[in-house]
Amino acid sequence: MMIISKLFSAGKKLDAKERIAFSIFSFFLPLLIWSLISYVPFIWHPKVEVSVPGDVSYFKEGLLIDREVFDREVETAIKNSKSIPMGVPANPVYLPAPHEVATAMFSAFTTEPKRRNEKWLHESLWDSIQVIFWGFLISSLFGVPLGILAGTYDVFAKLFEPFIEFFRYLPAPAFGALAVAVLGIYDAPKIAIIFIGTFFQQVLVISNTTRKLDPALLEAAMTLGAKRISLLFRVVVPGIITHLYKDLRLLLGWAWTYLIVAELIGTSSGITWFITQQARYKNFDNVFAAIIIIGIIGLTTDLILAAAGRRIFPWEKNQAQA
Amino acid sequence: MNHLELPSYLDQSDMVKDRFNRMKKRPVTLQVKNLCKEFDTPQGKVTALKNINFETYKREFVCVIGPSGCGKSTLIRILAGLETHSSGDVLLDGETFSGPGPDRGMVFQGYTLFPWLTVKDNVMFGLEMSGHSKASCEEQAFQWIDLVGLSKFAKSYPHQLSGGMKQRVAIARALANQPRILLMDEPFGALDAQTRSKMQSYLHEIWKNIDVTILFITHDLDEAVYLADRVLVLKANPGEVQEVIEVPVPHPRSPDQLLNPEFLATRKRLEELIHPPVEDTGIKEDNLNMVRMVRVDSEVESVF
Ligand SMILES: Nc1ncnc2c1ncn2[C@@H]1O[C@H](COP(=O)(O)OP(=O)(O)O)[C@@H](O)[C@H]1O
Ligand SMILES: [Mg+2]
Repeated sequence: MMIISKLFSAGKKLDAKERIAFSIFSFFLPLLIWSLISYVPFIWHPKVEVSVPGDVSYFKEGLLIDREVFDREVETAIKNSKSIPMGVPANPVYLPAPHEVATAMFSAFTTEPKRRNEKWLHESLWDSIQVIFWGFLISSLFGVPLGILAGTYDVFAKLFEPFIEFFRYLPAPAFGALAVAVLGIYDAPKIAIIFIGTFFQQVLVISNTTRKLDPALLEAAMTLGAKRISLLFRVVVPGIITHLYKDLRLLLGWAWTYLIVAELIGTSSGITWFITQQARYKNFDNVFAAIIIIGIIGLTTDLILAAAGRRIFPWEKNQAQA
Repeated sequence: MNHLELPSYLDQSDMVKDRFNRMKKRPVTLQVKNLCKEFDTPQGKVTALKNINFETYKREFVCVIGPSGCGKSTLIRILAGLETHSSGDVLLDGETFSGPGPDRGMVFQGYTLFPWLTVKDNVMFGLEMSGHSKASCEEQAFQWIDLVGLSKFAKSYPHQLSGGMKQRVAIARALANQPRILLMDEPFGALDAQTRSKMQSYLHEIWKNIDVTILFITHDLDEAVYLADRVLVLKANPGEVQEVIEVPVPHPRSPDQLLNPEFLATRKRLEELIHPPVEDTGIKEDNLNMVRMVRVDSEVESVF
């Protein structure tokens, strides 16, 4: 009872140990479910992997077959007193077990590409990271200043925001063909898709953040003699910078979600190329490994940025908990 | 208190009278003439201030007091240039102004320190805005920080300070610009009683040592009498000047004077002006619909 009322008190922070425990558990729980499905033979396992083909003509060792079909063949074999096939319960090929994916996460990096002009996994990943980086950088270069201006001056808000509100509903991938026509088939159109996917949200999110700045700070600055430009650069920008930084971290996450679509445009490239290629060969352990690697890269970047933020903004008292 | 025979708040000792006479010969810092302010609201026009007239003399300490919503903040925001007025004139050293400026320092109830700047950088902010060199800014900033007794905290960030310390930084920050008038809107309103009375003494010390006129808003009667040379009493709906009271309590002030006859007399007068003797407020004790809600077997049946 005590524990329940302690864990479920609204708005209260857990203590450090509990928070770490629950954070680990949040990864452990899906892994546990995945392991149960993979390793406990009577959970799910809709297929049978043939180990001894017996007298069934089309059975081969290692063949995956639907359980009903297998059971039927066994019955037929018993009825006709032929040699009985044997097999173990298995999951479909698209659900590899955790240990297979774990192995793939290493072997994918060490396996030489099938053809000579194809790229190693780490090269593909590096391509993807570059596309994200440039797309996000170019978007931020325009989006951050525009967002701050729109949040500070109503003129700019009314000038930019209505159109941007409209544009952000247009799905970025819809511009794929256009981007290829204009920018060619290599990285440029991919960067453009990341840009379109990020930029419009970015302006709106940042202008909103800017509007949340305490107007009393602006008033205080004005009574201290701050005028237009210094008000913008000495009060508005530093006043919102910690929130701006958090927004950018969030938006970077969204940029990643556009990556797969972006990389399918023109010549397929980067991690998306790797994933589609591996899926074609039915190497689903590699597919899962690649997807998880994207997650790891995203989460790691965010953790590093969060830690960096705590250093860059020493006045931000709440960031330690962020 | 009512049983005490109090003098009239208008009675001034010779010393106090002499001081007021000399004060009124000083130049006028701030002059407010027929000031009116109306707000346009969805419910129509609201008259926040009506025909406000008063002036402050150089280095005078004036308190503005009045019930909540009588327009005290509106008045001080107009003086700071953060709000426009509808009609009338406001003159600082005989000149009009438009918009906020460093010649009128402002201290807000909510501290409004810049959270991203250290104490030192907060105090330097105004100096940098007026184009002093970095070195001279720093030197002056340290002087002001020293004056409010926070040298040890020069490198701290606002969130590391207590409320009283924050407000001292805010005062130092406003004073660093050497404004002609310091406007303070209930600056100690959020502080606990003990810190508050300490801050009042601090402020008086600072005021005595610095060439500045102070206009101080409060709704605390004791604070007004303790701090002010004169108290401007406003009434609400619309905000009008009810009376300007010359506080007969001699200088230098100290908390011991809180029970002086002059002090009590002035306080009583303020009380009469601000909480006028029972008007029909619509709530009377005997028509509150009270039902006894104590269980019969309660351990404490009656509080008496
Ligand atoms: N921006 C505003 N718009 C409309 N009405 C306002 C505004 N600011 C203040 N008022 C009104 O003016 C009156 C005086 O407010 P204020 O100066 O804040 O009073 P005080 O500081 O004495 O409590 C109040 O009735 C308030 O509702
Ligand atoms: Mg007020």
